[in-house]
Parts: sequence; structure tokens; C-alpha cells
Amino acid sequence: MTEPVIEVHDLVKHYRTRGRGTVHAIDGVSFRLERGKVLGLVGESGCGKSTTARLLVRLERPTSGSVRVAGIDVPRARGSELKMLRRRVQLVFQDPYSSLDPRQRVGSALTEILRVHHIGADERSRRAAVTDLLEQVGLLPATADRYPHQLSGGQRQRVGIARALAVRPEVLVLDEPVSALDVSVRAEIMNLLMRLRDELQLSYLFISHDLGMVRHLADEIAVMYLGQIVEYGSWDEISDRPRHPYARALQAAVPIPDPATERTRARLEVAGEVPDAAHPPAGCRFHPRCPLAEDVCRARDPVLAGLPSAPTDYLVACHVVQRQAAEPIGESRR
Amino acid sequence: MTAVLSVQNLRSSVRTRAGDLEIVHGVSFDVAAGETLAVVGESGSGKSFTALSIAGLLPAGARVTSGEVVLDGQEMTTLPERLRRATRGARIGMVYQDPMSSLNPLMRIRSQVAEGLVAHGWEKDKAAARTLDVLGEVGLPSPAAIGRLYPHQLSGGMQQRVLIASAIAARPQVLIADEPTTALDVTIQQQIVDLVARLRDDYGLAVVWITHDLGVVARIADRVLVMYAGRVVEHAPTQRLFAHPEHPYTAGLLGSIPTPQDPHGSALPQIGGAPVSMSALPLGCPFHPRCPQAEQRCAIDEPPLTDRDGGQAACWVPPAQWRPA
Amino acid sequence: MTALPPQAVDAGPAAAPATARRDRLLTRVWRDPNGRIGVVVMTVMIVVGVLGAAQVLGHDPIDQHPEVRLRGPSGANWFGTDQFGRDILARTAEGIATSLRVAAVSVAIACVIGSVLGITAGFFGGWLDQVVGRLIDILFAFPAILLALAVVSALGSGWQNTAIAIAVVYTPIFARVARGPTLSVATAEYIKASRVLGIPIRRVLWRHVLPNVSPPIVVQTTLALSWAILTESALSFLGLGTQPPQPSLGLMVSDARDIVSIAWWTLAFPAAAIVLAVIGLNLLGDGLRSALDPRRESP
Repeated sequence: MTEPVIEVHDLVKHYRTRGRGTVHAIDGVSFRLERGKVLGLVGESGCGKSTTARLLVRLERPTSGSVRVAGIDVPRARGSELKMLRRRVQLVFQDPYSSLDPRQRVGSALTEILRVHHIGADERSRRAAVTDLLEQVGLLPATADRYPHQLSGGQRQRVGIARALAVRPEVLVLDEPVSALDVSVRAEIMNLLMRLRDELQLSYLFISHDLGMVRHLADEIAVMYLGQIVEYGSWDEISDRPRHPYARALQAAVPIPDPATERTRARLEVAGEVPDAAHPPAGCRFHPRCPLAEDVCRARDPVLAGLPSAPTDYLVACHVVQRQAAEPIGESRR
Repeated sequence: MTAVLSVQNLRSSVRTRAGDLEIVHGVSFDVAAGETLAVVGESGSGKSFTALSIAGLLPAGARVTSGEVVLDGQEMTTLPERLRRATRGARIGMVYQDPMSSLNPLMRIRSQVAEGLVAHGWEKDKAAARTLDVLGEVGLPSPAAIGRLYPHQLSGGMQQRVLIASAIAARPQVLIADEPTTALDVTIQQQIVDLVARLRDDYGLAVVWITHDLGVVARIADRVLVMYAGRVVEHAPTQRLFAHPEHPYTAGLLGSIPTPQDPHGSALPQIGGAPVSMSALPLGCPFHPRCPQAEQRCAIDEPPLTDRDGGQAACWVPPAQWRPA
Repeated sequence: MTALPPQAVDAGPAAAPATARRDRLLTRVWRDPNGRIGVVVMTVMIVVGVLGAAQVLGHDPIDQHPEVRLRGPSGANWFGTDQFGRDILARTAEGIATSLRVAAVSVAIACVIGSVLGITAGFFGGWLDQVVGRLIDILFAFPAILLALAVVSALGSGWQNTAIAIAVVYTPIFARVARGPTLSVATAEYIKASRVLGIPIRRVLWRHVLPNVSPPIVVQTTLALSWAILTESALSFLGLGTQPPQPSLGLMVSDARDIVSIAWWTLAFPAAAIVLAVIGLNLLGDGLRSALDPRRESP
């Protein structure tokens, strides 16, 4: 087994707010990402996936738990170690409109990063490096002279990726990198991300609400709900054979471009909406919306654990799934 | 089936510093009661502008330049503004993408819904009763309690339900939904799609559903209109469109959705190029610079919308002659 | 997977000849109709002020000539003379110079200190924001002219002290104007991105926050300049600004109020100069507002 580039253990992030009480954004999340691999983090708004991203790049510090990225203890890094962290892990934002400084030309934004990190001997070599970066993400060198508003959404997201690549990082945290883009542009950015991973031997934490996109890129997938991981496993286990009822609802939401199938496919109906993270439900956090909920789900919080019938790296947190797997004559789960 | 809403050769433009810019370039379609037409396109395709033109809600500086919008036998574009305003809301309901910004944050839910009814000549107590009914019909639990709340006290999905209630309160014949699920979580999207389908059947609504999401289209639409650069490039029954698209742009859109059958980690088919800008349209077919099937004539003549296998498409190259991607 | 040649992927608008034009700010202000008038008016005012300060207008603004008291506009004295026979044109020009100097110095002080306070308070928040916020509230609690009067009374008269007094009045305004947009810019994703990229905080403030909050500050500067001219005039009118015989627009208006019924020109020209300067600066502010928006550059 190769050395992990991201190691997160029992991560907790609570926000104390005025009026709403304590928001449990992340409650005991653990995962690891191996070098050169892609981990997909899937969930809907409020599940804590974006908070996880912010903790990994030290935009915020956790309430408790540990985060190590490329050997650096992220919450405790300071001085030169913090600077090293900035060069090893970078973030690509969801919205390519708001994540670029509207008053800075693309070229100037990129040279600024190179200058701050002392990459390139002089201005001329930095300008050459900017041209290389732009070409690496499929943009013409002339893009350097443009302001963000003069670019299309796809071009802006390429600039966002070039900016993250400028420090030559080992890990990219991709926070919904294609959600804000047009359908026809999403495929391009996905293909670009795949090419860059192979060319630069990058590791990705790919965050998305779209299981269909995550399935395509990720080696492993973690499904999050209300600050916790509810299912974890290899990409095919999670995207094609999800067991957790929430993951099954997410799978059902992946569009199938075929009306006959789309209209007749069996759907697990998920009622209501995500509850307030300041007052998560007792027991299993998904139970108020879960079609399979039983008494035990209301009483006890399920533990993330393996199943006898599943591969060893597979984990699920659901009383019903765990009980059915333990039963000698297990009923078909699907 | 007779059409409740019929749009013929609609053109709209917006005034810019460089002169009038045509955003909608000759769009035609019919929708019957109980039918759902999906209008699909990417940003800048003119799909939202088409919806606003039909509803008579174009922003300042934009106007319908020609064409007809016939609602239940009545021509709308030539109506004086006052009559048009009375018609809108009473006979056309609209739902928008962002529910939070479509609701007045300082007004209770029941007042917002009732306000629209009173504006259309309902008596106050009848409007109040109807408000309670319609809040229940869109699946909000305990309408009386919800009606007393303010928008920020509701979740995004519930806000969207309130907007839908508001749109159908006056029992319109047409519901125009402009990306109503885009801002919502995927599990909530399902609920909203199912809700609109149910209301469509209960009310016999003619639904125009504007979206870029082909998954939603596959689920709810009877027919699909694919727009590109302000034009209809393909118009076909949903089944046919998904089974064998007649326009390379439609084929490209369908191909770029990852499916569970795709080999893991393979390159996704992509259309390539950048979306067109209406201010710099190429000569000939507006899609030809990005089109994998483009021939010489595509750069010279713009193809007309012609009948094709139960639908229409605007392309010089029939699918039988397409090169494999 | 196949690696596509980069150019084939997304040529898009970037393939068009680079139209990103690096126009100078003044050129862009000039393209705005209001801005153009503002530039013309202020250029004329500054030229007149410089000529007046250099005393090349043929008359000395202070020398008294009792033999030509209260003469109307004529070939010898274009704007006429006052009750001491002093040339009104020379005095108005000198007055413009004084007013502009006081306004420029006071607004420069207020703008720099106020913006720094507002930006740091808005960006860092916490106790710093609380302290700055309270300070602003306290200064706002006094009527502007009263505050200026109090400062001048404490420091004594003279143009430097007038400038300081006006700066004290306008510093909280600049702080507030800078703080508001800083609050939203501080949470913008591109600021988060620059933090993740390890760009030093001072550089983030200077290169990313300041340019994005500068348009309202620049516009505020032109407005403050016009208010400063009015305040200087008011203070001089009340006898606390520029001291006679040194001419100032406010002082001239003050001196003219008893004799305006018999000599309109003693009031009309200095008053017109005040009005012109205020209008000119406001129009210039309008022009700057539209010129500073990069989205107005051709896409």
C-alpha cells in the first residue's frame, strides 16, 4: 500500500452561532487518500463536504481531530511549514465567476503566485511559466491579457485550475468544480482533470453532489450526510451497488438519458429535506427521511462498519443494512 | 389535442450600445393542456428570454419584435400592457430558478400568495381560502401554520413549493417553469419534478419547462425543444429525441452526460469550442464551428427547420451520413 | 485517454485578436459625457488657481487701490473691484487656489487614514472592527460643521489647521465607505483563493482588497473634495478659516454680503467659483464611477 497524501482522523468542526446554537458541520469524519488516487466526497448541501475542503487547505481549523496532508499536520502548521502546505495542496472552487479577482488580469494573477513562492528566476521566466500553465489547461497564451469577465465559464474554470497548479501541488481539492458550468462544458473540464491527474501524478479529493460525475473520476467514494460519512468504498461498490438508503437516493437522482428507463426505474423515495445541522436528529441522522427506518434507527446512532458480504475496504453506517447482511438468509438488498 | 399556448415565429431583441441584438430568433411551438414541453439549452441559448417573451415579462430595453403568442385563441403580443398584465398570472403562471429572491422577505407566505389573487380581482376572503387550499395542494404540511411564516423560515424546497402555489393559485392554463430545480438539492429536485407532474395532471396545465438538465427532461417532458443561439435546432417527442437525435448538438449534449454504463475513467465525449455569443454569430449554421459533422455548406447557408421522423431539426447533414465521433 | 492539443480544446473568444485595451483612466473618464464636463471644469479651475497663486493676472490680490473702489467689471478689472479697490479676478483666482489646496490636503489625509481604518476593520473584524466602529459613531454624533469649528478653535486658524479640521470631519466618512465593500470582498472566494495560495496578507489587502473597494472610495474622494471646498468657505465665512487679507472664496462671499445690493459682482464671481468647483467635482466623480468598472471594457 502506498503512503497516503491525505489522512483525516475523527475530524470535528462545530460552529457556535448566535441564536441557532452549535452547528455540527462535521462530526467525526475519517478517511485517507492514497497518492495518485481520486477520492470522491458526495453529498448534498449541509452535509459538510465543503467544510471538509476548507479544513484540508487551512482556510479554517477543526474543533478536534487530525488532518495530515502530504506529511504536514495541517491545523498546527506555521511559518515555513504552512508555506510548504500552500505549495502541496490547492483548492479549485465551484464558481469560476466569484473565485477570480475581477480586477486582475489572468496573467498578473498567475505571475503573482509564482513571485510569492519564488518560482522562476526572473520576470521573463515567470511569464514563460504562465504561458506553459495556460497551455497545460488548454488556454491560449493570449488569455493572460484578459480580465475574468472577458472569458466564458469554461475558460474561467480553466484559469482557476491553472492558478491551483501554479505552485505545482501534489493534491488538489476540487470543490464542485463542474457544477456551475454548462452541460457541454462539464465534460471538457472533467476530461482536463483526468488528463492533468495522469500527466502530473496528482491526487484529488473530488467533492460533488452528482454521483454520476464522481463515479467517472473517483477510485473510492465517501457518501456524507449531515456531517458524517454514511457509506465508504470503491467507486463501483458505491455508485453501482449502493446499500445505504441515502446513497441509493443519490444514485436514483443520477439522470439516465433514456425516458423509458427514467420513468419506470424503481426509486427510493426520500421524504422531506435535510434537517438543521444545529439540531441533528437523535439516533441515525437520516432516519426522519429514511423509507427503511425502524425503531432502532431512532434510538441508536449506527456505527460505520464493514459487512461480511462486502469487500474489506467497504464501510456502511445503517442498522437495517447491517442487520440484513448478518441474517443467514439475507433478503436481496436491491 | 388543441394547443392552449401557441408561439409562432417569435423574435425578441435587446437594445445594446452597439444597436439591437436579437436574442430569440424565430421560435415556434404549441403546447396542449396536460402536456409538458421541455425547452433545453445552455446559457446564452435564449431559452429564458423565450419564456420571458411569452409571459410578457421582458426587462427594460428588451422587446418582442415580431411573431405571435396565442393563449387560448387570444393573441397576446398586441394586447395593451394593462390587459396583458391581467392575463399574466391569471392565465400564465411562472416559477423561477431562485425561490429566495422571488419571494418578498418581509411578507408572510399567505399574504404573498393571496396578493396575486386579489390583484386578479378575487375577493379577499375567497383569496384567503384559496391560498390555504393551494398551499396544501403543493404538499406543504399544515398550510395554515406555514402561511404565517416568512420566506427565510422555510427551506429551499419549501420556498419553491410556495412559488409553485403562487403560480397556480389563480388556476392558470399555462405554467412556465424556468429552471425550477437547478438551485435545489438532488433529492429535493425529484420531489419538485413529481409535484409539477401531479399538478399538471390535476389542473390540465400546459407546462413549459425550461432547463439545461436532460435528466429532468427524460423524466417529465412529452416533447423537447432544443435551442442554440436563439434558434430551435431540434424539436421532437422525448422518446425519439433521446433514442436518435437528429441534430449534432442534441447528440453532443446527450453524449456528454456520464452514464452508469460508461467505462470508468474514460474520456467523456465533449462538444468542444466555446458557446456562441449572440453578438458575434458565425455565418451559416450557428453551430458549425463546434460541429463534428460540419460540411462546407454549413458555413455558408443556415439550415431551415425541416420535418424529420416525427419531429423537426435544422441541420444539412442527415444522421445517416454522420461520421462516428 | 487521449490528450487533446490544448489549442483545439477551448479556443473560444481568446482566439479573436486581443481586444483587451489598456486604456488610461483619464481616457475612460473622458469617454463619459459627465466625466468630460467634470474634467474640463476642473482643469479650468486648476489653471485659474495656479495662475492666481503665481500672481500673473496683472493685479495683486491684496494691494488696495482706494481710487478704484467698487468698480463694475471693465477692461481694466474684468471681474470688477471690491470695497478696497482690490481686483476681484485676482482675488477669486487666489481664493480658488486656497480652497483647492485646503480641500486637497484635507481630503488626502481623510482618505488615507479613513480607508486604512475602514479596510483593516472590515477585513479583520473582531475587536478592531468594534473599536473603529465606535470611533466612527462618536465622530458622526457631532454635526460636521460644529466638529470642524471645535477643531479650528482648539488649533487656531490658518489654512493648515483648517485642512486638519476638515480631515477630522471626513475621516470617519471614508472609514465607513471603505468598510462596507470590504466586508463583502473579505468573504469573496477570490480572497479565500489568495489565502490558500499563501499570498501574504499585506499583499492581499493591497493588491486584491483595495482595488476592489476603491471605486466607492474614489467617488467619495471627489464628493468629499466638493464638500471640503464648501466647508472651507463656511469656516472662512465665519472668520475661522483663511485670515484676511489673504483671499478665500468663503471670505469673499462673507465680505460681499453687506454690499451685494450695490455691487453684485463682489458676490457673484466668488460664489460662481464655489458652485462651479462643486459641480465640476461631482461630474468628475460620476465619470470616475463608470470608468473604474472593468466590466465596461469591451468584452
